[in-house]
Order: sequence, then structure tokens, then C-alpha cells
Amino acid sequence: MFLKEYFGSIYRSARSLLKGMKLTGYYFTHPKEIQTEEYPDNRATLTMFDRFKGEVTMPHNENNEHRCTGCQACEIACPNGTIKIITKQELQPDGKKKKAIDTFVYHLELCTMCNMCVLACPSDAIVMGQSFEHSVYDKRQLKKVLNQPGSKIMEGVE
Amino acid sequence: MKLILDISFSSFATGIHQWLVGAVHSEGLVKVIEMVIAGLALLVFLVPLCFILGYMERKVAAFIQVRLGPNRVGPKGTLQIVADTIKLLFKEGLTPNASDKFLFNLAPMIVVVTSMLVMAPIAFAKNFQIWDISIGVLYVSSISSIAVIGILMAGWSSNNKYSLLGAMRSGAQIVSYELSVGLSLISIVILAGSLRMSDIVMSQENGWWIFKGHIPVLISFVIFLIASTAEINRAPFDLAEAEQELTAGFHTEYSGMKFAMFLLAEYINLFVVSAIAATLFLGGWMPFHIGHWHTFNFVMDYIPSSVWFLGKTFAIIFIIMQFRWTFPRLRVDQLLTLEWKYLLPVSMVNVILVTVMAIMGWHF
Amino acid sequence: MSLLGEDIVTEDGEFVINIGPQHPSTHGVLHLKVWLDGETIKRIQPHLGYIHRSIEKMSESLSYRNFIYATSRMDYLSAHINNQACALCVEKGLQVEVPERAKAIRILMAELTRLSSHQLWWGCTGLDLGAVTPFFYAFRERESIMAIMEETCGARLTQNYCVPGGVMYDIHPNFRNRVKDTLKQIRSKFNEYEEILTGNVIFEQRTKGVGYISAEDAISFGCTGPTARGSGVSCDVRKLFPYDGYEKLQFKEILEQGGDCYARYMVRMAEMKQSVFIIEQLIDNIPEGEFQAKTKMVLKLPKGEFYQRVETARGELGVYIVSDGAASPYRIKYRSPNFSNLSALERMATGTKIGDLVAIMSTIDLVIPDVDR
Repeated sequence: MFLKEYFGSIYRSARSLLKGMKLTGYYFTHPKEIQTEEYPDNRATLTMFDRFKGEVTMPHNENNEHRCTGCQACEIACPNGTIKIITKQELQPDGKKKKAIDTFVYHLELCTMCNMCVLACPSDAIVMGQSFEHSVYDKRQLKKVLNQPGSKIMEGVE
Repeated sequence: MKLILDISFSSFATGIHQWLVGAVHSEGLVKVIEMVIAGLALLVFLVPLCFILGYMERKVAAFIQVRLGPNRVGPKGTLQIVADTIKLLFKEGLTPNASDKFLFNLAPMIVVVTSMLVMAPIAFAKNFQIWDISIGVLYVSSISSIAVIGILMAGWSSNNKYSLLGAMRSGAQIVSYELSVGLSLISIVILAGSLRMSDIVMSQENGWWIFKGHIPVLISFVIFLIASTAEINRAPFDLAEAEQELTAGFHTEYSGMKFAMFLLAEYINLFVVSAIAATLFLGGWMPFHIGHWHTFNFVMDYIPSSVWFLGKTFAIIFIIMQFRWTFPRLRVDQLLTLEWKYLLPVSMVNVILVTVMAIMGWHF
Repeated sequence: MSLLGEDIVTEDGEFVINIGPQHPSTHGVLHLKVWLDGETIKRIQPHLGYIHRSIEKMSESLSYRNFIYATSRMDYLSAHINNQACALCVEKGLQVEVPERAKAIRILMAELTRLSSHQLWWGCTGLDLGAVTPFFYAFRERESIMAIMEETCGARLTQNYCVPGGVMYDIHPNFRNRVKDTLKQIRSKFNEYEEILTGNVIFEQRTKGVGYISAEDAISFGCTGPTARGSGVSCDVRKLFPYDGYEKLQFKEILEQGGDCYARYMVRMAEMKQSVFIIEQLIDNIPEGEFQAKTKMVLKLPKGEFYQRVETARGELGVYIVSDGAASPYRIKYRSPNFSNLSALERMATGTKIGDLVAIMSTIDLVIPDVDR
């Protein structure tokens, strides 16, 4: 009786171990199952999902115009103080003065990609970009100005 | 065709010997020169061997783990190990302040030298052996047990608690598993009737022991595989290193070339153990023959003996690697339970069976 | 502290080792001071605070909309469920009715999160016990769940998808197909999990009867989640205090009576199957409608105290908000599951071997940032 149990336990153990080896053996002999993505080599074919939150960007149209009115809603909505907007008073053609952005400073190193600024923006001036390769050697390079030099606000955006 | 195949390792070795005898007239000097040549040849053989094994281990692990493995340095990542070696060479070899410096520096040497010494009686090809000592099997099992001294030394002299725990585990482990390794080797010695490696290989001329010896030899082959995996401290018996428990066990404090020595020793041990298993159970350099299929046997004879030997060895190395990448690690008490409650009793009964079989002549 | 002081060997000859804060099996910066007699553990003292980031205090200076994102960084493997807890608590204060569609999406995401968290745990358990390969198999399935998250929420780990009143945006048009494909893949791989780890004799030996904790102890230490359910304590918040429409779904609360590592392991394995079951019920029945309730621009909770508990992958997470009527909370307290589960570690591990400590740690499934917050 004791011997039966003894050899039974050996048999069961050996079977369970062989089962595992069968599985690893299967994967060893089936290179098609390999999951590796060769990242820097597949840059050309790599497409991120369109909702992927990589960085905050400010789209400009072909006339170098953006939609930002300088209302600072994003600045208030940001939990980390990532966005700083410096505004100026711009003289309109009809002689009135109007608030406009001078620089839209975006600190990428502080950003947590929470999407709060994009939701807060009333004029859809900022969107999330899909770029994710942000590594730099100097942290100061992560401080970005989102409005392009010489850019103006689009016609009709209030 | 026949001529090319005839130029084998053995004729190369005899060629060198005859040339030396002709050139140097002192017999003693010839011996010394031959020894030096053999030592250098061994080193030249071992370094690429470790590169190959290191590369193989990474690729086997990678394919089992559904990934690609090294593929950046050199074609298909073949030069990765070379790059790693260069890195280790340039790293600072730290010696902890509170360590026993003499033992700390000596330990890796002992580990490497013992694993190299075991290479001596292994028959790499037909008539190609460094030292055909008459007690080959005994030599192997006694020399390989010295390695534990190096490991204990490394663990103790590091003056690190993790190292000490790892070394003590390894001590208990190797001392226990020696017994099973020895007993499974003895079963072949009984059947072959000799301790000499070349005799054991020759005794398998008409069939490898694993086929000739029925189930008892199969059992001792399995026991040898398990116990020798434990003896060379590889997973699932890598308690001495046990990354998740003891960070790196006995070589926690080692870095640079001294660490590389332990790595080197691990791979040499892996090769040695597989080579011994191939020699004893799978016929060493003997080609695979099937009874009266003369054409088949004739074709098999054309494959060089060194290819047979290395092929068998690498097959066993692959199995041991697959063990490592499949199984969880045992706990220290379970490790000893496995040895003293399962492997040792089974192998003792097995030796009796083999003895009866040998006396009655039941094997082929 | 002298070199031969108490920190190396005690007067009783006990060996003191420091496991962590840098150690392969503590899964983070946890520091365990362990008193050893040979290999046997005599006493354990966890030292916390290496990754304390003051999330509770930080939240007090943020608005009710903004403090939610920080909770993704507590138990980062249940990020969505943490966000859900905060959103639910704020909704409780605002008394906003969340649309049915938003509720369904939240549950789907929460169960996907639980699935991915348990898969990562399964891989790490194998890794901690010395089997490296399960880790990669687990990550393969987890990767497809991460792709679902990335497609719909825009981030893989710290989604920040829950907002007070619903979810941030509607599900991606491709969401249903992707989830169905993933479920099919995961279902087909469950037997591989059994083959390589669950049925393995070494694994059974390493976990059965190791790290026992009784139901009474589990309750008195405040254990929740699979850690407590492995001891037979019924504590699934989804069943006992349903939220977001869990009461309408069919699923079982998994209970095991063993109280050891193997029982906790089996609870999680069965919970994975239950999560798949829940997702299958919902995926074709997502109600149409709004994904977010209309809320004011600036949220202000009425004066008072609000508490909401949810079931994360590791146990019960409680969010306690004290409001003085302002636009940001007066005080926030998180009752994190890992902190309480960690407290039971000493009871589980005393008298076991070092190797067992690793097994126990991995079956409690600690996430250290959640302990320290």
C-alpha cells in the first residue's frame, strides 16, 4: 500500500512536469508564436491608436493660424501646472484691443497626459498628439512653446 | 571522400605526437610539450564553447518565452556574448572591504579549475582523449565534488548574509546529490565492467546502454539528469543563486571578471555533465546502429565521431536548458526530500537490479 | 550602529537580513527586516514609506475633477478601478445620476483591468517561484488588454478614463470586436496556465500549506480581496455593496477554505474566469445613450462626509471625502487594500522558510505604491 502511494506520487509528479515541458517544447518548435515587436526597426509601420495620449499639441492650419484665444481654461484645468499662457493685447484692424496669446508654454516634463486641458478647452485649440518619443538628454528641451512663431488666431474663433 | 573523413581528431593527435617524437629526442620533454598543447587546446576549445552555450541558452529561453532573444549585435545576435564578455572584462572587479580578500579572489579560480579538470577523461572523438585514465568515472565524480569548496569559499569570504545563505544551501545540495550521481554512474560501470571511459564507450559498440540496459538504465539516466542538474546548480535547483530569494546567492558580491569566472564555470559544468551523460548512456562518439540494417549502419559510420559526440551532448544540454525555463524552483527542504526520499532509494534499488541484470547477462 | 551590532546578529543568534528596498521579489521599494534562524523566519518587520508621494494631501489642493488622475498612481495595476472609486464618491456627493451606458463601460473597463492585473500577478508568481517563462505567457495576453485600453482610453496603464458623471469619452467603434478577440484568446490560454504552473508538482509543493492565515486572523488584520477570500472570508464589495450596476450581473464570489498560498492562487485563477464571464455578459448589451451626465463646470460638493468602496484587483479600496462646501476636498483618505494585506504578512510568514516568504509575498499580490500612497 505504501509502495503504491510512493510510486503513484512519482508517476503523478513526472506527468505534471512532462506536461509543462510539452508546452515549452511546443513554443520552442513554433517560432510563429513569437510576439516580439522589433521597436526601433518597425518605426515605419508602427501606427499608434488615434486616441493615444502622447503630448499636447496645438494644430495650425496652412496659413499658420491656430484656434487659441488665450482664455487660460486649460491652465486652470491642469492639475500639475503644466501649461503657462502669456497673453498680450493686440490691436485689431477696427481699432479695438483684443486679448491674444503671446506664448503658449507647455512643460512636457510635468505632464501626466490626463487629458483635462483638452476637455477644458472651449475652442478646441489643443489636442493630444500621438508622438511618444520624448527622450532628451537635457530636461530644458522638454519645455515647449506650442504656438508657432508669427502665428495668428483663426478667423471667427471667439 | 574516404580520405577526407579519415583525417579525424585522432589522426591529427597522433600526427603531432609522431612529429614531436621525431623533433625532440627526450621522452620527458615530449610529454611536457604535449601537456601544454593539450591545455592550450582545451582553453581554445572552452572559450568558444562557452560563447556558443551562452548564445544557445539565450535563444532557447527566448523561443520558449515567445520572444526573439538577442538580435542586435552581429548577425542574429551571435556576437552578443562577445560584447558581454568585453563588458565584463572592462568592469571593475570589486572586492568588498570586509571580505576575506585571499579566499574571495581564490574562489572563482577553484570553481573554474575544477570544472576544467573534469574535462580530462572525456572522449571527444574516436581515440581522442586528453587522458585515458583507468579510473575515469571515479575521477570525474571525485573531482567534480571539489567545486562545492569553491562555492562555500565564495559565500563565506564575501561576508554577505545572502552569499552565506546561498553557499550553505549549495553545500547541503551538492553533498546530497553526489550520492545519486555516483549511484547512477555505478550502474553503467557495473554493466560495462570498467571505470575507463574508453572501455565504457567501446562496450556500447553494438548498442548504447540506454537501449541495451532496459528500464533500469533508463531510470538511472533520468536520475543522473536530475541529480546532475542539481549538482551544477541550475534551475530548478538553483537554490544557491535563487535570484528571487537571495538576489544572486553566493556570487552576490562578485563583479567583472571574477563574476565571469563563475559564469564560465557554470557553462563548462553544463557541458561536462552532458558529455558524461552522453558518454555513459548514449554511447559517446559511437554512431547509432540498428541491428542488421547494414546500409543504414554504413551511412551512420560516415558521420564523424566528433559530430556524434557533440550532437548527443548538445541534445542533453538542450534538455537541461528546457528544465531551467519550464520549472519553478524547489524549496531547500523539498530539495533534500527529493534526494533522500526519492532519488536515493530508487537509485539504490536500481543498482541492485542492474547488478542482477549484469550477472545474469540479461542485457543485449 | 556598530558593525557587529543588533542589525547583524541578535543575542539569540538570530540572523538579521534586510530584504529590500532593492530586491527582485518585493515588487517595488518595500523593505522587510527579517530575523532568521537558519533559513526559518522568526520575525518580519515591514518598513514603509520609500515611495510615499503624499497623494492624499496633494488631492486636497486639487479640484474634484482633477484629483482623480493621481489615484491612477496608487495601485497602478487597478488604475481604472481607483479612478472609478473616486468618481463614484464625487457623484455620491453631487447626487448625479450616471447614465446606464457609462455604468456599463465602467464595469467593462474595470473587469478588463482586473483581468490584466491578475494576469500580471500570475506571471509574477511564476517568476517569484523561479519559473521565468509564465511571466512572458502572461504578458502576451495582457498586451491585448492593454491594446484595448490604449484604443479607447488613450493610455495603457494610467488611463484617467473615469470622470465625475460618467466616462471621459465614448468607447472606440472598434472596441467590441477587439474585446471579443481578446476574450477568445484568453479563454484558449487558460489551459496553458494550468499546464505550466497550476498542475506543476513543484508549484503545488511550494504553495500548498504555505503561508496559512485563518479566517479570524484575516478579518482582524483587515485583509480584503483574494487574500481574505482564500481564507473563506466573504468580502467581495461587488456582491456585498454593489455599485455601477454590478447587482444586475451574474457572477460568483470565489471562496476557498485553504487559507494558504495555493488557496489564494486558486481564488485569483477563478476570478479571472469570472471576469471573462462578466465581460461576456455585458459586451453585447452596452445600453445606448449618453456616456456622461451633464455636470457643472466647477464641481462643489455639499458640506459633509462621503464614503465609497469598490473592489480593486487586490481588495477593498475605500475613498473617504470630507467636504466643507468648497471646490476642492477638505480632506481625502484612501483605505488601500495593500496596506492592510501587508499587515498580515508577519502572521503568514513566521515560521516558514525564506523561499516561502517570496511565495507568500507574491500571493498577497502587493503593489507597494498603494501601500505608501
